[in-house]
Amino acid sequence: MNSAADGLCVEKVHVWRGERHVLKGLSLKVGPRELLHISGPNGTGKTTLLRVASGLLRPEQGTVTWMGRPISSSSSQYQAAMAYSSHEPALKSDLTALENLRFAVGLKRRVTLQELRTVLDCTGAGPIADLPTRVLSAGQRRRVALARVLAMRATLWLLDEPYSNLDASGIELLSGLLQAHVEGGGVALVVAHHALALDCNVRRLELNS
Amino acid sequence: MTVGAWEAFVLIVRRELVLSFRRPEQLLQPLVFFLIVTTLFPLGLSLQLSLLRDISPGVLWTAALLSSLLSLDALFKSDADDGTLEQLSLSGQSLTLIVVAKTCAHWLVSGAALVVVSPIVATALGIPVAAFATMMLSLALGTLTLSWLGAIGAGLTIGLRRGNVLLSLIVLPLATPLLIFGAAATERAISGSSAVGAMYFLASVCVFTCTLAPLAATAALRITLE
Repeated sequence: MNSAADGLCVEKVHVWRGERHVLKGLSLKVGPRELLHISGPNGTGKTTLLRVASGLLRPEQGTVTWMGRPISSSSSQYQAAMAYSSHEPALKSDLTALENLRFAVGLKRRVTLQELRTVLDCTGAGPIADLPTRVLSAGQRRRVALARVLAMRATLWLLDEPYSNLDASGIELLSGLLQAHVEGGGVALVVAHHALALDCNVRRLELNS
Repeated sequence: MTVGAWEAFVLIVRRELVLSFRRPEQLLQPLVFFLIVTTLFPLGLSLQLSLLRDISPGVLWTAALLSSLLSLDALFKSDADDGTLEQLSLSGQSLTLIVVAKTCAHWLVSGAALVVVSPIVATALGIPVAAFATMMLSLALGTLTLSWLGAIGAGLTIGLRRGNVLLSLIVLPLATPLLIFGAAATERAISGSSAVGAMYFLASVCVFTCTLAPLAATAALRITLE
């Protein structure tokens, strides 16, 4: 078991969305070399949980800590260590895949275009790097979003349904990336509806209404 | 390896400029609106040149304010719609810096562009060349202030479906001092008297909004991001 000082720790978090009490005193801990697979029926707060963990959403009650420090008080250090990918790919349709990565990753750390091209190659998006993302398919956009997560070189990955729209080779690729990330000492929270066939330390969290 | 504030600022401004130039129609729409509205007036009043001279500062400023409003709506909305605003806000850079960079870039493609084409409009309205410098400076100050006021309004109205109507209702009352003093400065410059008083007022309002509006716009954005 990991101590509370390393990794992500969510403690007794309550979130209301309007009249609905979505997260009711949820607590969880994910340490290094661990992947938390979050699943559950629609509308049970999986995305809300990830948004709380990312700091986008402040819980009405409870705390989220990273490496023992509340994420709200050390948000820039936390954000530098974290890569969040929502269920939409969050790409500008008028920019090329490479430009999208350059402007998104470039705010987190200094990167060269060559490095970004290599990362795009890794996720199988190399050939489409110079196309505006408006002409890409949903699966290709997902691969570009995945490349963005990879290029951020973050310790903590928060991925909301990263498997959606991916083809068989994409699913295999993502599983490989997740496994390498976790085995390399990373932390991951992944929302997915199907079982993850991964050869690493996977814990499962089932959310119910 | 971390990215400094200035570097991040430049990167965001570049991003905004690249995005604007990929959509030239969005860039040109407010400018064309400005040109059309102001050139319609002389056509309608062609027989009374003296009347045209009298109303030209008001026409110029009203058209400038309304055309600036056209582009304000898109300031944060497109980024909020496609999810890139979330990515920006999680980039490790302060949200205020992001707001400042986006608003500056917005002013460059809307306000500054409007200032550049204003001599054409001024010629059509019969404003003497001697008054151009004052007119352009007053427009620059006014549009910059308006961009900042708009950033607050745009931040507040992101999540709304008919946000642009509400945005106009929020911004236009706040912009009336700009219209009054901007038009006054231009009018004084045309008549050859000193426009210093009105210009000082415009400049002070501009400094005031540049200082406080980033904080207000950031707070507005933070509320709507949740």
